[in-house]
Order: sequence, then C-alpha cells, then structure tokens
Amino acid sequence: MKRIRNFSIIAHIDHGKSTLSDRLIQATHIVSERDFKDQILDSMDIERERGITIKSQTVCLPFVAKDGQTYFLNLIDTPGHVDFTYEVSRALSSCEGALLIIDASQGVEAQTLANLYLAMEHNLEIIPVINKIDLPSADVDRVKLQIEEDLGLDPEAAILISAKEGIGIEKVLEALVNRMPPPSGDPEAPLQALIFDSHYDSFRGTIIYLRIYQGTVKPGDLIMFMSNKAVYKVEEVGIFQIIRVPRKELSAGEVGYIIAGIKTVSDTRCGDTITLKNRPCDAPVPGFVEAKPVVFSSIYPVASDGYEELAISLEKLKLNDASLIYEKDFSAALGFGFRCGFLGLLHLEVIQERLEREYDLSLILTAPSVQYQVIMNDDSILTIDNPALYPDPVMIQSTKEPFIRASIIIPDRYMGAAMKLCLDRRGINKNYQYLTSNRLEMIFELPLAEVVFDFYDKLKSVTQGYGSFDYEIIDYRETDIVKLDILINGERVDALSQLVHRDRAVDRARHACEKLKEEIPRQMFKIAIQGAIGAKIIARSTISPFRKDVTAKCYGGDITRKRKLLEKQKKGKKRMKMVGKVMIPQSAFLSVLKTDTD
Amino acid sequence: MSRENIETNHFFQPAGLYVHIPFCIRKCPYCDFFSITDRSTIPGFMEALIQEMSMTGVFPFRFDSLYIGGGTPSVLEANQVGRVVETAHRSYRILPGAEITLEANPGTLRFDKLTGFKSAGINRLNIGVQSFRDAHLNFLGRIHTGRDADTAIKDARKAGFDNLGLDLIYGIPGQTKKSWLLDLQQAVDYAPEHLSCYMLTYEFGTPMERGLRKGFFQALPESLAGDLFEATSAFLCSRGYQHYEISNFARSTDFRSRHNMKYWAGVPYIGLGPSAHSFTGMKRSWNCRSVSQYTENLNAGRLPVAGEEVLSRDQEMIEAVYLGLRKADGIAAEAFEKKFGVSFHGLFGEVIADLRKKRMMNATKTRCALTCRGMRFLDGIASRFVQRME
Repeated sequence: MKRIRNFSIIAHIDHGKSTLSDRLIQATHIVSERDFKDQILDSMDIERERGITIKSQTVCLPFVAKDGQTYFLNLIDTPGHVDFTYEVSRALSSCEGALLIIDASQGVEAQTLANLYLAMEHNLEIIPVINKIDLPSADVDRVKLQIEEDLGLDPEAAILISAKEGIGIEKVLEALVNRMPPPSGDPEAPLQALIFDSHYDSFRGTIIYLRIYQGTVKPGDLIMFMSNKAVYKVEEVGIFQIIRVPRKELSAGEVGYIIAGIKTVSDTRCGDTITLKNRPCDAPVPGFVEAKPVVFSSIYPVASDGYEELAISLEKLKLNDASLIYEKDFSAALGFGFRCGFLGLLHLEVIQERLEREYDLSLILTAPSVQYQVIMNDDSILTIDNPALYPDPVMIQSTKEPFIRASIIIPDRYMGAAMKLCLDRRGINKNYQYLTSNRLEMIFELPLAEVVFDFYDKLKSVTQGYGSFDYEIIDYRETDIVKLDILINGERVDALSQLVHRDRAVDRARHACEKLKEEIPRQMFKIAIQGAIGAKIIARSTISPFRKDVTAKCYGGDITRKRKLLEKQKKGKKRMKMVGKVMIPQSAFLSVLKTDTD
Repeated sequence: MSRENIETNHFFQPAGLYVHIPFCIRKCPYCDFFSITDRSTIPGFMEALIQEMSMTGVFPFRFDSLYIGGGTPSVLEANQVGRVVETAHRSYRILPGAEITLEANPGTLRFDKLTGFKSAGINRLNIGVQSFRDAHLNFLGRIHTGRDADTAIKDARKAGFDNLGLDLIYGIPGQTKKSWLLDLQQAVDYAPEHLSCYMLTYEFGTPMERGLRKGFFQALPESLAGDLFEATSAFLCSRGYQHYEISNFARSTDFRSRHNMKYWAGVPYIGLGPSAHSFTGMKRSWNCRSVSQYTENLNAGRLPVAGEEVLSRDQEMIEAVYLGLRKADGIAAEAFEKKFGVSFHGLFGEVIADLRKKRMMNATKTRCALTCRGMRFLDGIASRFVQRME
C-alpha cells in the first residue's frame, strides 16, 4: 500500500489534461507505441469528436521511481466542463491527491478555481502544474503569481511542463511518488469499498469501478451492496491498464474493478458502498453527495413502438451515468416517453447522442426547462419542470425560479461584451474584481433558465474563447413565467410547449415559428404555425403549399435516382411525427431547442 | 393472353435499344445528361460503340425500337449514323417495322444531312426545338435560333420524315402564359406527330442551378410554372393530342414514343454508350460516364459497366408505382397484384380515395391514373403511395 498513489488531474477545459494523461500513460509503457492514440482515455466517440472528457476513467500506471521501487499510480481522469462537476466530485473522493493543471498563457480560469475548491473539500494534496510552457505566449511568472494570489498555493511547488512536447513528465511522476500521500486503510479489516462508476458490458454484465478503503476482495467472495443488501458472488477483480487486467485480489488503497454477474442494472448505484456478506463493515463510506439535476426535458422515441427499447437503454445508460434521472411521461403528440433530469445542457446533448449512437435510437427531445416553484392560491407549493403540468394561471399566486451565482473570468477588454450578455439574460451584477492587472472576475446573479440554453457558448463567442464560467445555484426568486404553446394548423403540440419569462416570450415564439417553418416539409396544403400564450397569438409563420411537385423528365438514367429519393423519403418518414395532417420531422423538434437568434 | 399478362411478362414484349452519342457542339447550362464537346474523339468512340454492340448482342431479346439519343447524335454525319443502325441490325434481333429514332439539334441539321439520316434507316426524328423565341433560346444556351428550328422542321418534312417529334421547354424565367401558348401554337402549326414539353428543371450541379442558387436570376414562380403545366395539357388536348405521360403528347396512340414507353412500363432495354442504363427485367446496370474510359475498356475487350443493382421486390414495386403514375394509362391494378401478390386497393385504397376526392385521380377497379391536376403533384403523390408499402 505504501507504493500506491491515487490521484486525479483537474483543470479548466482545454488546459491540457488529456494530453498530460496521454504522456503519463506513454511514459509508463502500459500501451505499445503502435496501439497508442491521442486522448486515449476518452474512449467515447463523442469525447473524441468534441475534444472533451465526459466520463471519468481510471488507469493504473506502474512507475519505477529514482529510489528503485515500482509504484502503482492510479490516475482517475475527470471531465472539465461545468456540467460535469458531479463526475469530478465522484472521482476526487477516490483520490488522495490531485494535479492541478494551469495553462501557462491562459492562467487561472473559473473552473480552475471551482475544481480546486472541490479538491480542497475532499482534503486532497494538490500539486500545481503549469502546462504549455513551450508556447510563445507562455507567461510562467504571471501564472505563478496567480497561483499564489488567486489559489493560495505555494508557487514554488509548481512543476513546469509541456505535455505536448513531453517536457517535465518525469518530474510529474516523481512528484506523485514523493509529494502525494499513499492511501491508508487496513487490508485485514472488513471490506469497505466505494463504487465511483460502473458500466454495462453485454458479455459480462455490470462492471463496477471501485476504490477499496479497507479490507480485501477476491473472486469467490460474496459481496453485498450496503444500500439495498443485494448479494452477488465475485467472478473477477482487476485493475485498468486501458484494458481490464485481472488480479488475484484487490485490497485497501487500490482502485480497480469487480465483475459479479450483475444483470440488474438498478442494483449498482454510484456512491454506494460494497462490503462482504459474511463480514460486513460498520458503516458505508461517508460524504458522497447525489447529483442534482437542474435541466429537465422529455425524451420520446421517434418510432411509435420504441418505448420499451428506450426504457431499457435508459436503464443501462443510467448505470454508466448516475447523474441521469428519469420518470415515465406521456405526450398527446408523441406518445409515451420519459421526463429526464440533466446536470446541464451539454449533459442533455451528451445523453441524447449516447442514446442515439450506443443504443441506436432515434429520439425527440422537448424544450429544456428548469424547476419552478409555483405558489398556488391556497398557498400550496408545486414544483414544476414540465410545461404540460403547469397549472392554469388563474390558480397561481406567484412563481419562483432558481437563480445562480455565476463567476465569470475574462480579460478585461471583454468586460463590456460579457456584461451586456449577462444583463440581456436578466442578470444582476453583484461584484467584480481584478485578479491581475488585466483579468477580471465578475460575479453575476442570473436566472438558471437563461443560462441553461446557450449561455456558455455565447460567452465563449463574445469573449473570443477567453471567457470562463462557473456557477452554483443559490436560491429561488419571484418571477413572471408564462407557458408558451405552439400551434400547428390550430392544433396545440404539447411537446413544443415551453415555460418562459414573460419578457422573453415573444422572442422565443418567433424563433420557434421561424425554425419550424424551415424544418417542416412543404405539403399540398398551407401550414400555419403559431406561438400563443393562452388564447393570445404572439407570433406566427406560414409554410406555403406546393404549387407544383413533379419531375419533368424520367428516362433510363433517371429511374434509379428517383426511386432512391422515394426510398429516402420513406425512411425519413419513420423519423417524423404526425400532428393532425402535418408531418413534423425530428429535426424540427430539435431546432426549436437551439437559440441562435439573440 | 390477357392484356394484364402481357403487361407483366417481359419476355413477351420486345425490348428497346438505346444508343447514347455523348457529343455536343456546346453544353447547355441546364442539361445534366453526359456529353463532351471535344469531337476529336468521335472516331475512337465509334469503334468502341461497334465493339460494345458485338459484345452485348447475346441478350435474348427482340427489339422493336432503337433510339439514338445524347448528347447531340445529329453531330454525327449521316454515314456514321448509318453505321450505327446497320451494326445494330447485325448484332441484335431488330424486328421489322421497328421504331428507329434520332434526336437532332436544329443547329446541326442541313437538308442533305436529313435525307442522309432518312436513307440510313431513321424513321422517326425528334428535334430539340426547346423554344421558338431567341431570348429564351439564348437563356437556355442553345446553339440555334427560332428560325433555324423552323427551317429544320420544314426540311425534315421535305426529306420525308412522317414521324416527327418536337421537344419544347417551358417555365423559363420571364415567360408568360401567353408567350408559352404562342410557342405551343407555332409547334402545333407544323402538325408534329409527337410533342415533348418539359418544365425547366434546375438539376443540381448544372451551371444554371448554380446561377439560380447564387441569385443571378429568379426562377419563374412555382405557381405559374404549375399553371403552365396544366395549360399545356389543356391546349394540346384541345388540338387533338393525347397527353399520355407527364411531359409527352402524341397525335394518336400509334405515335406515342414506342421506345420511351418501355421506361415507364418496366419493359427491358439495353443502353449502349457512356452513361447509358440497361434494364433486363430485374437488374439495372449503367456504363461509365467518360468517353475515354468507355473507349479504353472496350478496346481492351471489357464491357464499360460502372455499376449495377438487382431490384428487390420492394424496389420493383416503388418503380412500378412511380412510373405507372407518370402515364395517363396509370397502373393496372390486376397486373400489379399478380406481380407483387398484394391487394392493390388494400394497400393504396385510402390514398386513392383521398386523391379522387381532390380530383387528382381517376380510379376504377382495374386501373388508377392521375388526372392532369394530379400529375402536377406527381412526386408528392408517389411518395404517399410509397409510404403505404410495407
């Protein structure tokens, strides 16, 4: 155990976390050069394509230090986006220390701070690492000053590296050995292991990722989940070295996996503690907080018979993503589906993409909503996140919406642009302070509903990529919410309804009408699209009918082409929903969610 | 044998032979057929074409139509056309009385050339007039004038062509209903046996489509183009022509394009020359779209086939419906049921009832066909039929 180190790498997005992970993996030779690919820990397609880390991964790196001993360095990779703070928290609770990476030219950013605070909450040993020192724009002295002033860490402890060029990687490995504490815990004590992740393997059942705090587990043991007392027999234990490597046993301080033939997906809960049935520990591992979803949306299968499949897929995905919550839902337009809670809009997109790619489903999502508190005339309070359940306005005394406290760090030349963005989103400026001579931290209080749509993208764009952002929910405040309905040829489409602030309703309605006009195919009759609050129409658009729709020429060479078009249309129709006589494609539902007009 | 049986059984019907001559004096900006303007390669192409005929003559078909299309086949000299017709007769079983068509561009015709075509065995001439108005011809990038067209038609009659077809294009930017009907009137004045009237289509990838997309000109409003479609049908029917396919009109049933009818009836055809398509009842194949590749392959004794598809039952059904709906005769329900083993009205009854109500379709127990109004919306209607298929 003295030769084990459990650590995470935490950083603001794009500061080089995945590149450093790659170099550490290469330096310890667990993967041959031939099999190596960049961002090796980001195994999901979505992660590679978007260049982000979504899921935590672990890898065990054997390292021969200068003292001649072989150390086992367990790297627990974490996501960087603000939506996935929860994943970071789960990973950190399995570690004794963390490498905090700071980009030598960008300096300390909002998530650098947020992740540092998280790490400190878990009492981790923190080693600052200044990355990208090879860049011409690198300013190491300035970053050291920020480390001292903004982070309150010892700047002289910082390791200077360039992960891209492979500079300083040995120093990082030595620092892990010498400066990070080894785990503690008695391998002879009753088993106490924390589940920090899991995923479903079609051949082996659930693979549980766990950190052993005390005791030992080996194949043949009968394990018990402390939350529900479910008992399974261990088939295999092991560690991760990109692939799963079986071991005879796992004991205190180690990070690895267990396979126990678990088919019941719901039995495995991240944050649960595993112990031995015959010799249980006294108490579960403490201090593991459930993620709280902040954005809600309903998911429906496009195919009318796709509900069962969606249910099974969600259950499996939930195993790999404990932060996802869902319950059954019904829409008059779309049939049976699920109301889901997400950590943020990126999380929502990721879940949608994973369901579509990994489970081959075709989905329709409804407009994301936050959770509103509706105070009724009889003083009862309803929590509403689904427009379909929004009560009749005459029954409502008042409505409250969640507010966040946002920390926005920007170079001061973007102050005007960022300020305008926040004020446009109904933000209240609480404070601002200079972190260094030209870097500014602005504190804004903003309605969460204004942030979940595309605030982060907009902030990035108005600050040319330099702005960073982190937030926490602070309280609920009185607001003026209306339910915006969309009518197609006079018929209300419940799946397109959204709850919006009254001041924003006209803009949103216009946006929805325009988007739907672009996405709904023309028909032989006129299609009227209207946005309405109650009986009042506040926006409209019209899709003019076909006045002709005929291919003039069709001879030998044209027949195949024409048939293929008809086949494509037939296939496309499977991705459409009928509302009255109008066919609405899946893309139309999704286009309404994107706000690119303001 | 009943009419339905003949319609479904391909082997009882003579096939069609198509020859693609991929050369033009100039490319028209709206055209997406394959052709090149370098005519120095014609001699090499001719040898390759003869070679392709000798290699494909083994098909167990009888032919009652030969169609020489393009491109601009009339860029060939009469003796070259004669060689094509002669070699076709030598290589294939071409029935007596077969329809032998040549497509011609007025800008390439002279009286002596026309008599030469006639003696080469061409018995049907199809002239690409497109318009009699020079402003429209200019927009269409044609090499000829309205006057050239007039001369060509008169010369063709003089040369003895008694089966004459004219091609016209409408829906041209700036066109009015009045000006189009004048064009049509002039065409009818020559009393052609056949008329093809094509609505101008902006095919993706053509210079004209790019011009439209970039906003260099405005397309005729869709509603006017649609109105011209119905006006064309009404005008020509009033002048005694049958509207027998979306874009095709004949003075009598005998003068329908025997060759082109095969495309819409699912009757086999063999296509020769670059980019030509062949259909043998279940398999469709197509030649490469390159004169040099075509020539090289045949010189090396290889067929220039670039691809093929074997139609599944579902695909055959889609084609039968789409092509059937293009014809005024429509789809023969019984033949359809025999071929595909499904109940025609069971499958499409709902769509048919709706279309009848909208006066877009005439349907009896045995046949269903689009009205002129329905033809205007053929593609969307065909799509509705296809959606009903399992």
